[in-house]
Amino acid sequence: MKLAYRLSKGRFNLNVDLKLPDTGISVLYGHSGCGKTTLLRCVAGLENEATGHCSIANEVWESKSIKLKPHKRDVGYVFQEPSLFSHLSVKDNLDYGIKRAIEASKKNLDETIAVLGIEHLLEQKPAALSGGEAQRVGIARALALNPKILLFDEPLASLDDDRKREILPYLKRIKRQLSIPMLYVTHAAPEVAMLADHVVVMHEGRVVSSDSLSASLTNEKLPLRLNGEISSVLTGKIIEIDKRWHLACLSISDQKLWLPNTKMSIGDEVRVQILSKDIALANSAGDASFQNVFKAKIVAINEGDHPSQAIVKANVGEHEFMVAVTKRGLANLGLRVGNQVLLQVKSVAIHS
Amino acid sequence: MLSACDLQALLLTLKLASTVTIILLFFGIPFSWWLARSNSKLTNLLTALVAMPLILPPTVLGFYLLLMLGPDGPVGKITTQLSIGLFPFTFTGLVIASIIYSLPFTIQPLVSAFEAIPNRTLEVASTLRASPIDAFFSVVLPLSKSGILTAIVLTFAHTVGEFGVILMIGGNIPGETQVVSIQIYDHVESMNYGAAHTLSVIMLVFSFLTLTLLQWIRRRSFAVALVKSK
Repeated sequence: MKLAYRLSKGRFNLNVDLKLPDTGISVLYGHSGCGKTTLLRCVAGLENEATGHCSIANEVWESKSIKLKPHKRDVGYVFQEPSLFSHLSVKDNLDYGIKRAIEASKKNLDETIAVLGIEHLLEQKPAALSGGEAQRVGIARALALNPKILLFDEPLASLDDDRKREILPYLKRIKRQLSIPMLYVTHAAPEVAMLADHVVVMHEGRVVSSDSLSASLTNEKLPLRLNGEISSVLTGKIIEIDKRWHLACLSISDQKLWLPNTKMSIGDEVRVQILSKDIALANSAGDASFQNVFKAKIVAINEGDHPSQAIVKANVGEHEFMVAVTKRGLANLGLRVGNQVLLQVKSVAIHS
Repeated sequence: MLSACDLQALLLTLKLASTVTIILLFFGIPFSWWLARSNSKLTNLLTALVAMPLILPPTVLGFYLLLMLGPDGPVGKITTQLSIGLFPFTFTGLVIASIIYSLPFTIQPLVSAFEAIPNRTLEVASTLRASPIDAFFSVVLPLSKSGILTAIVLTFAHTVGEFGVILMIGGNIPGETQVVSIQIYDHVESMNYGAAHTLSVIMLVFSFLTLTLLQWIRRRSFAVALVKSK
């Protein structure tokens, strides 16, 4: 997928040139006013003034010679607020796009309705729905079109925390089931940690960085900070459950990572975020309350936020960890790049 | 109670009001949509022009229309040349005058209804593969239902109540231009108070029903808005 756009609106200038993966969720991340929503609108053809190039799945939607109208583009667009048509029932809202999109099919719709759990809402009018329900219908309406790309414009921003927790599992499910690219605009760090495969960081209309989530987080020079924190994100399968202590075990490069069991079962694919300040380094395993000890190799040591601090990057197999330590601690242990080291990870510090 | 002449006047009034309402709606809807959505500087000028009949004395409007459509007027010359004949003192003339006179009562409710539709709604329709025209019929018109109903009721009622313009351009020809308001005036002039009463009571009831209907439309759309904002 290729996106290149230029747009001037008063003092705001958008100027981006991006190549993004053809599957998975690419998050456009940045402060409000950085141009991430504008870029999303460009892809959908909603910005008349924008010029540039847009090609998705071997189709060119926009170039020097062509600019497809919004209704000619195979997008599924989920707006920040649910934006359902108030004069139509939930079912008619879903049917609205399906009647008009060539690619959509009834079978697709039934699946979508099941995935988002909205069977019981079909006869309702939008005014009767809660914010979370309405947004689920909005997502279903976009999905049912069977689009070539899904565009999410801060779909959770207008919802309270409980509603966010209600919708996130559905988004994860969609991500697992679909092979189309998804562009997801957000300024919320938890959504990046939980959903992103690829992260595009934007600032004042320009792209600061564009890389996979793990590469962005473990970038030695300029690690991506989520809520100001340096962290690492790991994905693995649950291989063991400890019922007595309510723990679940994740396999990380043949080593075990124990984490609080939140209704997980064996075989589940789980993503966890580990903050750099929640990992300690050691030369040998002592008696500590740390449940997780990994054999790792130090690959880089860089300056931290404070002169006393260093950020250590250590590899466990193909997985990379970022660790915040004091320079004095490092010196006392005599650690250098290339050394073997033990990572002690506090399992309560893991966010799934 | 009603004489044949009165009945004829009533029917003529209804015919005039429905013709004018249908024509105004047909042209008023696209025109109002353009007024509501366009960024053109022309819209200010046109909005003022459309509102003119609200403050202009009907006789002034009728007077100028009479001059325009008459044998020496620019429109009159063209219609004579095209052998359509002259419009003053014909039903067609009444229709033309009423269209201008009732224009603001069609356009203003429509424009406010259309302006109330957020841009976002149209964008949503376009991402759901609806072309602009498709979206207009499938989203804009249904969402503007109460505005359109208001425009219909106001235009119809206002045309029924017309007097000054008609007197100037239509005169008082039974079956052609003699509408109820003129007929009542006629009855009073000839001291026929009984007949004037009958027609006046009918108009009174009609006006009251119209206002009740408008109130009902407003209540309904207000109730919908309340549910929406909940």
